[in-house]
Amino acid sequence: MASGGKIDPMHQFVIEPIFGSFQANNPFVFTNSALWTLIVLGAITFFMVGGMKRELIPGRWQVAVEGMIGFVDDMVHASIGPEGKKYLPWVFTAFIFLLFANLMGAIPIAVVPGAHPFTVTSQFTFTGVMSLITFAIVLGVGFWKHGLHFLSLFVPPGVPLIGKILLFPIELISFLVRPFSLGLRPFIAMFAGHILLDIFGNFIVQGFNAGGKGIGISILCFLFVTFISALELLVAAIQAYVFAILTALYINDAVHLH
Amino acid sequence: MDLASAKVIGAGLAAIGVGTAAIGVGYVFGSFVNSSLRNPAAADSQQGRLFIGFAAAELLGLMAFAVAMIILYAI
Repeated sequence: MASGGKIDPMHQFVIEPIFGSFQANNPFVFTNSALWTLIVLGAITFFMVGGMKRELIPGRWQVAVEGMIGFVDDMVHASIGPEGKKYLPWVFTAFIFLLFANLMGAIPIAVVPGAHPFTVTSQFTFTGVMSLITFAIVLGVGFWKHGLHFLSLFVPPGVPLIGKILLFPIELISFLVRPFSLGLRPFIAMFAGHILLDIFGNFIVQGFNAGGKGIGISILCFLFVTFISALELLVAAIQAYVFAILTALYINDAVHLH
Repeated sequence: MDLASAKVIGAGLAAIGVGTAAIGVGYVFGSFVNSSLRNPAAADSQQGRLFIGFAAAELLGLMAFAVAMIILYAI
């Protein structure tokens, strides 16, 4: 990004091939997105395997891993109840993947020239597919457990007939919007946060290039970017948590039908 | 008015929605703190609902942001 030139905050989301190219009609291209997905998966594997020694007296690492699993387990238990144990693997997978991907996109490794972190969750393909998996689980569990009775999810109990007729389309639409909103939320949060950081990071450089009063603006922008970075870490964790708790709630709807 | 300036004005108008979502998020957390100070014992059990309310309020602001981005870059 040229300093003093036009700010291009979208450049950081461009998927570029590392090996191969998009032009060669080659369906298998290793991109920066694929590289960072592998890095995230490697970090998760390292974190989990390091804590799965199953010692009788747990060390610090094992306590960290057990605490994270216990946190998600408590949440699933509180939302779904005892049957929720079956759905813990997916909820925990979604939680830890979103958490690691969101946090690793914020690592400031760009201080090394040529290296750029890539937030894989800033692409709707990732979060969208994750929310589609959740939706598939909800539909599968609902129809498997309750058959066509699952459709009573759209008719609230204890409402007179005229109310049921009015509420059915509203409930149906709100159900059908769920996978869209579930996937959109982490994607937009990461996307917007990185655009904000990029724009204000550019202001710092442009202010210094301008000199004079610009340096004061640079210092203000630097403080702002520091604050926003801290906020981004919070948002990264909150979005992972919200995705996990909404997944648990939607599965609870399918398991218990109201 | 040409399309380029209309796009910028439209994106700016869409950004108002983000600010209104900020009111919603503030109201959610404010109400939670308000009521959890009245009954601190019940506060922890309601944290899940707090984040559901936060997510619902925040989503609408994110939608406004998405609309602004679509106006700026996709049209």
